[in-house]
Amino acid sequence: MKADVGAPVAKTGIGELLRLPPFSRKFGGAAEYVVIPALALAASLILFGIFVALFGKNPIDLYFYMYQGAFGTWFSWQNTLTRAAPLILTALCTALPAQLGMVIIGGEGALLIGALCSTSAALAMPGTPPLAVDLAMAAAGMAGGGLWIMLAGALRQYRGVNETISSLLLVYIALAILNYLVEGPMRDPASLNKPSTREIGAANMIGNIPGTEVHWGFVFGIVAALISYILIYHTVFGFAARIAGGNIRAAKVVGLSVSKLILIVCFLAGAAAGLAGMMEVAAVQGRANANLAAGYGFAGILVAFLARQNPLAVIPVAILLGGIGASGGLLQRRLGLPDASVLVLQGVIFVMVLASDTLYGRLSFFKGKGA
Amino acid sequence: MNFDHISRRGVLKGTAALTIGSALPLRSALAKDTTVGFIYVGSRDDYGYNQAHAAGAAALKKMAGIKVVEEEKVPETEAVEKTMESMINLDGATLLFPTSFGYFNPHVLKMAVKYPKVRFEHCGGLWTEKDPKNVGSYFGYIDEAQHVSGVVAGHMTKSGKLGFVAAKPIPQVLRNINAFTMGAKLANPKVTLQVIFTGDWSMPVKEAEATNSLIDQGVDVVTCHVDGPKTVVENAARRGAMVCGYHVNQAVLAPKAYLTGAEWNWEVLYPRFVKMFTAGETIPNFYRGGLKEQLVKVSPYGAMVPEAARKQADEIKAGLTAGTYVIFKGPVTDNKGKTVIASGVSRGQTDPELEKMDYLVAGVIGATS
Repeated sequence: MKADVGAPVAKTGIGELLRLPPFSRKFGGAAEYVVIPALALAASLILFGIFVALFGKNPIDLYFYMYQGAFGTWFSWQNTLTRAAPLILTALCTALPAQLGMVIIGGEGALLIGALCSTSAALAMPGTPPLAVDLAMAAAGMAGGGLWIMLAGALRQYRGVNETISSLLLVYIALAILNYLVEGPMRDPASLNKPSTREIGAANMIGNIPGTEVHWGFVFGIVAALISYILIYHTVFGFAARIAGGNIRAAKVVGLSVSKLILIVCFLAGAAAGLAGMMEVAAVQGRANANLAAGYGFAGILVAFLARQNPLAVIPVAILLGGIGASGGLLQRRLGLPDASVLVLQGVIFVMVLASDTLYGRLSFFKGKGA
Repeated sequence: MNFDHISRRGVLKGTAALTIGSALPLRSALAKDTTVGFIYVGSRDDYGYNQAHAAGAAALKKMAGIKVVEEEKVPETEAVEKTMESMINLDGATLLFPTSFGYFNPHVLKMAVKYPKVRFEHCGGLWTEKDPKNVGSYFGYIDEAQHVSGVVAGHMTKSGKLGFVAAKPIPQVLRNINAFTMGAKLANPKVTLQVIFTGDWSMPVKEAEATNSLIDQGVDVVTCHVDGPKTVVENAARRGAMVCGYHVNQAVLAPKAYLTGAEWNWEVLYPRFVKMFTAGETIPNFYRGGLKEQLVKVSPYGAMVPEAARKQADEIKAGLTAGTYVIFKGPVTDNKGKTVIASGVSRGQTDPELEKMDYLVAGVIGATS
């Protein structure tokens, strides 16, 4: 190690000042991905504290209630995790195509289509054992959502349509389809002032994780994120996808079928959001109606970007945003802050995390000696 | 801004307090206080549906021994269940007003089973015998106020064309459109009313477009049934049309164009409920009422409304208040020529048939699907 001492970068670096053990040098690169977002988050919280202080509220109270509302009690934890569940899945809808360099922001559409398909599946098979119904719902939801995003991928690959725009516009089409079906052909005549489909039946509802009030969507979300992570970083398919994402021409030169990659990844992305839609029906709403368009798909974009499109990082980020959402109520009730204040915090975090991108590779702290 | 108080010591003290604070139960309400929770689907100052409820909540804040906690923009998902639970567990709320229609099934029903000691009062839902007993649903016959509004609109229109910006063709909305039209036709049998459905409760851009297109077609009095009438009222006034309001009094938004409007009167109902609740009486599970029960009211007439219009509107209002006047009295035909209420049939406000309304009466231009 002595040979490294002379490296100019390390001499002035914080790493040298703190006399970091070799461990940090080895893992410095990975630590960067934890410490920099954490710093960005801390900076956002300080900024938000100042913002709240401008309104004459005590920032200490603010942090206290945020912590209390999000993670302070078992109830708060469950509240947070419940809100995080759909966000993990919808975030994957953006994070997976991002590996191919695509910016898909239409997770909301895939969620709605997934919810519609899974509701139709459940309503089409009355008298079937609940497990079969739920499996069919999941399959239908994932297929529906997957095909929806695959459509955006195909438009880009074969017609040169920008996938960001098309996936966003497909959200409005999905919403229109949902409203049409719920208010028309699929409407339960008994749902007078709240047009809805018929209920899938209490027996078919997926319950909560035993001992909690968090529904199974949270577990499915974590499993989906783990599978995505392994797929992207530890399989040949994922490697090929990242190659294509890095340089599409190079990928073609080495003989990768880019079209196939795009279609498959888009399908998987949409399937994740479709599963979120299925869970909303099977674990929460019990039927399809306009309540499904609650913006989980859009919140998922934020989660994916904050997680730097890493499927594994999506999990903690979704929990963090779930926590912010969960604490929002307490901020309103105890501090009298308007609902929009939570949006301000989310916005600040988003900007800070994006801005912190510039720090990667510049903090000699992480470089270790001789890097 | 003065940040002097945020000293290092202050932060330390705060942190210490935070640690102690988390060890103590969060329940901040005193035992003798009754905590009432209000949940709104939109923002509390929307000049509309949510503001009307917030006005009712504000009336409770003036009552002794009542503590009000409020949360706005709570979506009709699991979020509202968590908000209800949070109000119950963390604030000690024993009476909840989840005010949006979409909260009822499954969210309110689910929470009512889980917290049998908490009272849930829901606006607009149709409570039935099979639902939990600690749930109540209440609503106002606001079509009565719309009917009176319609009379004024019928008097004021010069073109004979009225416009209605509506969210969805559901019974509640159709009932308002029909009552308004029938009121207008009492003043001027030749009037027509063009309806435009925007498709959802809060669609400011579409509401503005609909208002403009109505006025382009020669409509000179516009009204609406959307969550926040602000867009419609301001746009119509800017274009020189007259307006009838909805949910709350929007006269401040368009003082020169605001004729009158149909308003909720939750600031009368909520204290009534809370008094029953604190006295240990049972609030009826199914509660409905109109002008007579003071659940709804008509905005004061604008200065431009002439005496003849006021007189006719006041007469009908008096009849509705006395309970002697029936709006939906046969013969009523829909706008396709079909008789929907036969001659001699009188459908009073409590008639369940009216809750299933799926037609537009003669004189309305538009379709329900």
